[in-house]
Amino acid sequence: MSGSDRGGDGSNPTGRDSDASVPEPVVVDEWSVRRIVWTMVPLLAALSVLQLVSGSVLETFEETLLENPALLVLVPVQIGTAGNLASIMCSRLTTQLYLGTYEPSLSNPGVRANVVAVFGLAATVFGAVGIAAWAIGTVLGGVLGLGEVLFISLLSGLLLAVLVVTTSIVSVEASYRIGLNPDDTTIPIVTNVCDITGVLILFAVVSIVL
Amino acid sequence: MNGQDTARDVYRQALPVILVSLIAGLFAGTILGSETMRAGIESVPGILLLLPAFLATRGGVYGSLGARLSTGLHQGIIQPRFELDRRLTNAIVASFINGMSVSVFIGVVTYFALFLFGGDGNLLELVGIMIVAGLLSAVLMLSVLVTVIFVGYRHGLDPDNVIGPVVTTLGDVFGVLFLLVGIYVMGVVL
Repeated sequence: MSGSDRGGDGSNPTGRDSDASVPEPVVVDEWSVRRIVWTMVPLLAALSVLQLVSGSVLETFEETLLENPALLVLVPVQIGTAGNLASIMCSRLTTQLYLGTYEPSLSNPGVRANVVAVFGLAATVFGAVGIAAWAIGTVLGGVLGLGEVLFISLLSGLLLAVLVVTTSIVSVEASYRIGLNPDDTTIPIVTNVCDITGVLILFAVVSIVL
Repeated sequence: MNGQDTARDVYRQALPVILVSLIAGLFAGTILGSETMRAGIESVPGILLLLPAFLATRGGVYGSLGARLSTGLHQGIIQPRFELDRRLTNAIVASFINGMSVSVFIGVVTYFALFLFGGDGNLLELVGIMIVAGLLSAVLMLSVLVTVIFVGYRHGLDPDNVIGPVVTTLGDVFGVLFLLVGIYVMGVVL
């Protein structure tokens, strides 16, 4: 991957293969208010419209959610944790990209370390989430058993981890190739995809288990 | 420092912050499941519909600000100091504009979605709730995020491991809470 195939922004000194301590003037473009806003607002607006998909799933399951507080507790936690993992993964990949140590391959030590760590974190965290959501749900008057909530949490959590890893790598690579700054694009895309698919996965698992 | 980290390093660095944000996430979930919030969900049509979009905006706007500052710090073109640096100011102003315009947009789109689904939403109410919640979020997120990144960086913490948890933690807990405030304020105003 050479610097010459970097899209649109030939003058940008922050490419994969350039020195970290570059002279200032040309960097200006990346940090102008107009550029940041114009890159992000259309993207965020489009993704908000997409989010209505998971919003309407929530609306559809409104009664189930209000009847089973554990599931209502699980919703933001499940999404939030997936978002955390995605954010760490993307942020690290992007920094690797700028420092010149990234390549889109599982044999790259940096990428592999991130992938393994994400799965380890997911297994640890979604187990804890299941137990906590069950306990809080019970306090709020829910009737779901520990086994049910834990199974729902772990299964949908690990499916989410697969999603996080795949989407992070694909979107960092895609925004690099298109010539957009991954910091502006990858995190919105990955958190949104995880939110939407996360809600779909969660309620798919819920409707199988319950 | 990223290239040499092993999976174990990443796991160890990320776990504590993720667990903290997990606890905060449970708070958000508990607020969401509370009597008051359920009453709000029932009294204002469209709240569940806009909830994911609203929460996701926090991640999108402020997560990318964090990632941008992190990359800037790693590159050495931003200093971890609270001064009126042009890049820093631009990044913050742009994030504020992004956050507010997308919040308003979500209110409008939710109204039209409700209209299409045959519901009876109130445009003024939805947009008002989004403006209140968006503004409060922006003030809180911008001040806390920049502080945490800079102070953490000066203490040798890799911002890349900190941004996600901080953004989702604050974003979810205060997003849900500020949504409640917005519902309350618009209930008083209208």
